[in-house]
Amino acid sequence: MFEDFFYLVAGNYTLQIVALGALILGITAGALGTFAVLREQSLLGDAISHATLPGVGLAFLLTQDKSPLTLLIGAGIAGWIGTICVKVITQTTRVNKDAALGLVLSVFFGFGLVIITIVQKLPTATKAGLDKFLFGNAATLLKEDVTMMIFLSSIVLFILTLFWKEFKLLTFDTDFFKSLGLPFHIFDILLTTLIVSAIILGLQTVGVVLMSAMLVAPAAAARQWTDRLGVMVILSSLLGAACCVAGAITSSIIPHMPTGPVITVYLSLTVIISLFLAPHRGLVWDWLRIFRNRAMIESASILENLLIISESHSDPLHPHSMALLKTMGSHALSRNINKLIKAGFIKKYPDQLLSLTPLGLEKAKQLARELQNEGGKN
Amino acid sequence: MSPSIEIMILASLVAVTCALPGVFLVLRRISLMSDAISHAILLGIVVVFFIVKDLSSPLLVLGATITGVLTVTVTELLIRTQKVKKDTAIGLVFPFLFSIGVILLNKYASSIHLDADCILFGEIGFAPFNRMIIGGVDLGPVGTWLMSAVLFLNITFITIFYKELKLATFDSALAAALGFAPVLLHYALMSLVSVTAVGAFENVGSILVVALIIAPAATAYLLTDRLSVMLILSAIIGVAAAISGYWLAYILDANIAGSMATMCGVIFFLVFIFAPEHGWLARQFFRRFSKWDFAKDILTVHLLQAELNHADHTEQIVSHMTDHMLWNNDFTIEVIGRCLQDGTVLQEGDKLILTNYGREKAKISFLKG
Repeated sequence: MFEDFFYLVAGNYTLQIVALGALILGITAGALGTFAVLREQSLLGDAISHATLPGVGLAFLLTQDKSPLTLLIGAGIAGWIGTICVKVITQTTRVNKDAALGLVLSVFFGFGLVIITIVQKLPTATKAGLDKFLFGNAATLLKEDVTMMIFLSSIVLFILTLFWKEFKLLTFDTDFFKSLGLPFHIFDILLTTLIVSAIILGLQTVGVVLMSAMLVAPAAAARQWTDRLGVMVILSSLLGAACCVAGAITSSIIPHMPTGPVITVYLSLTVIISLFLAPHRGLVWDWLRIFRNRAMIESASILENLLIISESHSDPLHPHSMALLKTMGSHALSRNINKLIKAGFIKKYPDQLLSLTPLGLEKAKQLARELQNEGGKN
Repeated sequence: MSPSIEIMILASLVAVTCALPGVFLVLRRISLMSDAISHAILLGIVVVFFIVKDLSSPLLVLGATITGVLTVTVTELLIRTQKVKKDTAIGLVFPFLFSIGVILLNKYASSIHLDADCILFGEIGFAPFNRMIIGGVDLGPVGTWLMSAVLFLNITFITIFYKELKLATFDSALAAALGFAPVLLHYALMSLVSVTAVGAFENVGSILVVALIIAPAATAYLLTDRLSVMLILSAIIGVAAAISGYWLAYILDANIAGSMATMCGVIFFLVFIFAPEHGWLARQFFRRFSKWDFAKDILTVHLLQAELNHADHTEQIVSHMTDHMLWNNDFTIEVIGRCLQDGTVLQEGDKLILTNYGREKAKISFLKG
């Protein structure tokens, strides 16, 4: 199946362009998304991407030019103004960040829709094709679009590598960053500008409505696999690129398939897999750990209780009834008893009787000592 | 009734219905949950539509509401795993559900009246075409009746649980301690937002609902410190945005829902600038006044200290003030001028003397610290 897919792309020039555009978008958005997620600005991306819509519309309305460069410059300016609005509202009023983001996102988007409906009714518009900025349409990517994407993305990635150390510090320890005398605001603005650029890059392919997922999801998935920033950025770029290319091609091949939503679904599946299965951090491993710990504590408590009972008897290895253990609060007896028997710590007699083995007695005493030491420490 | 009046009534209903729960979202700092819910309900609407094949079925409302609450639950579970931060969790869950909804819609429902444009724009302009006719009597647009029902539900809920909502919003720990079950209340509120979003969906689409929920409440928040006043104000602001939005759309021949959202933004901006206490102008004013007040206090307190500690009056010379306070010349002259005007200080040659009134004031400001 993969081969079919490969030949389909290899033999089709349009699809190659689409795939290349998606690849660039995925890499750039994945890399910048890492910083957005780590700096807890995931939703700022959502607000910015919605805020770009009026920029696209106004750029067209004012210049009557639908070349990608004009529209994307408009988008960039509008995205920027949106970001500033969020900052001003949160810093100068008591309206909190959440509300400020929601306000900017929806109001700018609403204004964008107003402009787009006006544009669509213009006699000169000849189907300006601004709709594709809503949900994205990778199939409409042209060679010149992709050329521009390559250009923009190289600048973004170059700046990112150039100031790698500064951005890293800014992300993880803002106070230290300031104490070194580095200009916080300049780098903060620069990083936000890079994020805005990454968003602009995806407007045509993914669309304003779901562009935030393109930033957030690869980074969130990559975060599960690593604790290192460098690895996370690369992984996030790769995951972003893979999902983006797959989504763009799927939507180009299958009719009535908007690109943005398809890419988002691929990205979400990647996130779900990462959340559950990533080594160390994955939820499945968490559950296994909890299950194992619980079993261990339960077994230990059975041994402990048997030791306590045996101390009241001249022969420490004398069998006692299981009912007694139950009254002492040992949980999940039957499940753990078999394990303990297999390990050679206890022995089972008829009539629901249990006793410690010599090995079990040693183990129980050792556990008791450990417990006491820990109690002493506290 | 003419269609334009019917549309304005419906728009106002939608605005008020959205604004009321919005107040609690803004105060509880969970505004973006409305964004998540309003997107996610699309999936619920589409899935239930495929099952019942009827756009006006009440099951549609039920299914969508459940999806909304489910979105909130999943998001909160995801936050609780601590694998991702809160903002990321919100940004992951709803785009996924929304995308599935959009894909299903595009793939299988391209023939029906629900389409991608409707998701984003809403179709409030078409509302008057869909009449509610019972026994041959025309009772107005169906949408108006649906929205009235949702509004009634919201008002009832907020009235009944006003005290509980107020306490849980401002002091959730106390609410929990008193046994008010803030979690239950939270989910009740989320259900309310879901029902509201579903009701508004057909009229204004799934993104602009967010403007109608958040903006009026955020605007009202800049105008008052009382919850009850904030609820009423946000409803009024919502109606103002709805009606002015309708006229804006009429003039520009543009989308009505988008214009309503735009007007929400315009009203917020105006209030942001001109609000009496929290507005930008008021704060600039206040800052300027407080600067002079502070400087006048400093001067009188300094003179008081000089009277008590130095018999030789050198500390009371005008030129000394610039050195001692590190003020520049113009500023010092301005401060002294204001003090003379207030009658707290008298000038004799180049010496400043506190009046009795000034001495009392200086003592008070000194004690205030």
